[in-house]
Amino acid sequence: MTLPMYEWKVLLVDDEEEFITTLAERLSLRGLSARVALDGEEALRLVEENPPHVMILDVLMPGMKGLDVLKAVKAKRPQVQVILLTGHGSTRDGMEGMRHGAFDYMMKPLSIDALLAKLGEAMEKAG
Amino acid sequence: MSGEETRIMHDLPGEVDVVVSPARYRVLRRKIVALMVMVSVIPLLAMAVINLQQYHATLDREVQAPLRALLSKTRNSFELLLAERTSTVSFIASAYSFRDLADDKALNRIFQVMKQKFTGFVDLGLIDTSGVQVTYAGPYSLKGRDYTEQPWFNEVLFKGRYISDIFLGFRKMPHFVIAVQHLTDDGSSWVLRATIDTGQFDRLIASMGLDPESDAFLVNRKGVLQTSTKYYGNVLDQLPFEMPPMSFETTVRTLKDHMGREIYLAYAYFPDTDYVLMAVKPRSVIMRTWNSLRTDMVAVFLAGVFLIMAVAYRITAALVDRLRESDERRELAFRQVEHSQKLSSIGRLAAGVAHEVNNPLAIINEKAGLMKDVLGMGADFPEKSRFEGLIEAILRSVDRCRTITHRMLGFARQMDVKIEDLDVNEIIRETTGFLEREAAYRNIGLHLHLGEEMARIASDRGQLQQVFLNIMNNAFAAVNDGGTISVTTWQKDDATVGITIQDDGCGMSDETQKHIFEPFFTTKKGTGTGLGLSITYGIVKRLGGEIAMQSKVGQGTTFSIFLPVTPPEGASI
Repeated sequence: MTLPMYEWKVLLVDDEEEFITTLAERLSLRGLSARVALDGEEALRLVEENPPHVMILDVLMPGMKGLDVLKAVKAKRPQVQVILLTGHGSTRDGMEGMRHGAFDYMMKPLSIDALLAKLGEAMEKAG
Repeated sequence: MSGEETRIMHDLPGEVDVVVSPARYRVLRRKIVALMVMVSVIPLLAMAVINLQQYHATLDREVQAPLRALLSKTRNSFELLLAERTSTVSFIASAYSFRDLADDKALNRIFQVMKQKFTGFVDLGLIDTSGVQVTYAGPYSLKGRDYTEQPWFNEVLFKGRYISDIFLGFRKMPHFVIAVQHLTDDGSSWVLRATIDTGQFDRLIASMGLDPESDAFLVNRKGVLQTSTKYYGNVLDQLPFEMPPMSFETTVRTLKDHMGREIYLAYAYFPDTDYVLMAVKPRSVIMRTWNSLRTDMVAVFLAGVFLIMAVAYRITAALVDRLRESDERRELAFRQVEHSQKLSSIGRLAAGVAHEVNNPLAIINEKAGLMKDVLGMGADFPEKSRFEGLIEAILRSVDRCRTITHRMLGFARQMDVKIEDLDVNEIIRETTGFLEREAAYRNIGLHLHLGEEMARIASDRGQLQQVFLNIMNNAFAAVNDGGTISVTTWQKDDATVGITIQDDGCGMSDETQKHIFEPFFTTKKGTGTGLGLSITYGIVKRLGGEIAMQSKVGQGTTFSIFLPVTPPEGASI
């Protein structure tokens, strides 16, 4: 019982505005409307307002760190699937995220097709 | 840049050589041995010399004391003899009047009695004040002889008595004369003169009981022999060495005689007469004992020195070897820490750069992707395909950049050591990826023959990468431009995978092969730390694997690594 793509609720969290807004626009061009948060606090607020199916979360952000956001989200809304974005090559962040309930991790720069595929997998789990 | 900076820069790679250079330990060893030998040999030598001198002095005393005693005793005997003979003559002069003695018959009778009672008297004569012999008893006819001009006559008038030097008489027998002046109550005087042969002297000397090499004799103060000697001439010969300084005490001196013998000369001057009694004992007697002692001591000393040196050398060698080993171990540990710290900082730097580059790269990627999306959805326009081509070029470049940054991040990941399930082929590909550019630039054929259906192994990615990278770096250093490097992987057995890295480079001599895995051994003079392969060896061993090497000069080198599918207990850093 997978939802059609336009009903997917996706939240993008990254402090790089140029990156995240462009990514959001590209997803919207593919029929997927995603909301954008530029820091951890905003992301948590948006999750409270309207919990997304999938959340794409940058690990390394000023202010609240990605892993803290992940823990907070998983504590309140365990059904939200989180895909971590790591700029750091160390898989440590990714692995630690997985231990804290992240769905998977991906490395920047992203390939849009790989991201869509990963989103699909996450949706299956969220569904 | 100053010259000093340049020097320091050059010094750094060579530091290892300086620290562990064998010369430094040789010098250290030499110093310790020298010190040990010095502190043991110098007291030993001092003791030996002092002992020898003491012994020498003791021997001298041992020989001199009896010689001195004997000479003193004999001198006393001589003095006694002379005094006795003088007293006899003196007694006769006092006992008889001039008139009695002037009678030939009476004098002759007295002389006969003297000859009977005292040995050695040869003749007896009476001389009046004017120096004319009045009467004479004896074998010669000396009556009427005038002695006025004789020096002895004047001396007897002056001193009252006179004992002459030895002289040879008419029969060529040595004699001496005792003359005594007698003063009468009326103030006139006359002289009684007796001649005595020296047979008594010879008897006295014979009674000293000297050994055959020794000698004793009487001389006068001018050095004329008064008795015959064994080695120094006959009566009235000149003594062949200089007269010793005058001393009435018995004195012992050492000197060299005319035959070149070292001798002890014991002598004593007679106070009342011209005589000097001498006894000679050659030093060779005691020198022989001394020499044999000296030979013994030198032998013992040399043996001691030899032993000390041998022991000092052995102990020092062991000590310095131990020191050197521990120095090398410490140095190796230090180098390894330094090396891994260097790698670690390079890794952190690379990761930092990669991360910083990744963010803008992600933006470029998204922007270009969006452009592509927009173009793809919009209507055709004249330059559309050209723009699409440009965007593709941007995306391809971003891909290339991503490969680079991910590789850099992969390098940094080496620092986080952990055992994970790994595909050896993937690691080989990743590692050779680093070297592709150099291979292309130098036209080196880099061939991968990766086995299919390889078991995944549990090992550490970073460490394996370092192992492969070290060996491949060596291969790159060995081959000429245009050479070939092949990497082959295969499943050796269920529990082991094999990796072979083969080059057709310059190869290694047997000598080099022997040392290739030793720390600090390097053929890259000045540029290598000599640690690469020793670290490689260490890593492979720690991961439970084996590493082997075959090489032939001019034909190339093959490194084979065998890694266990499951690492042994405790396999980690």
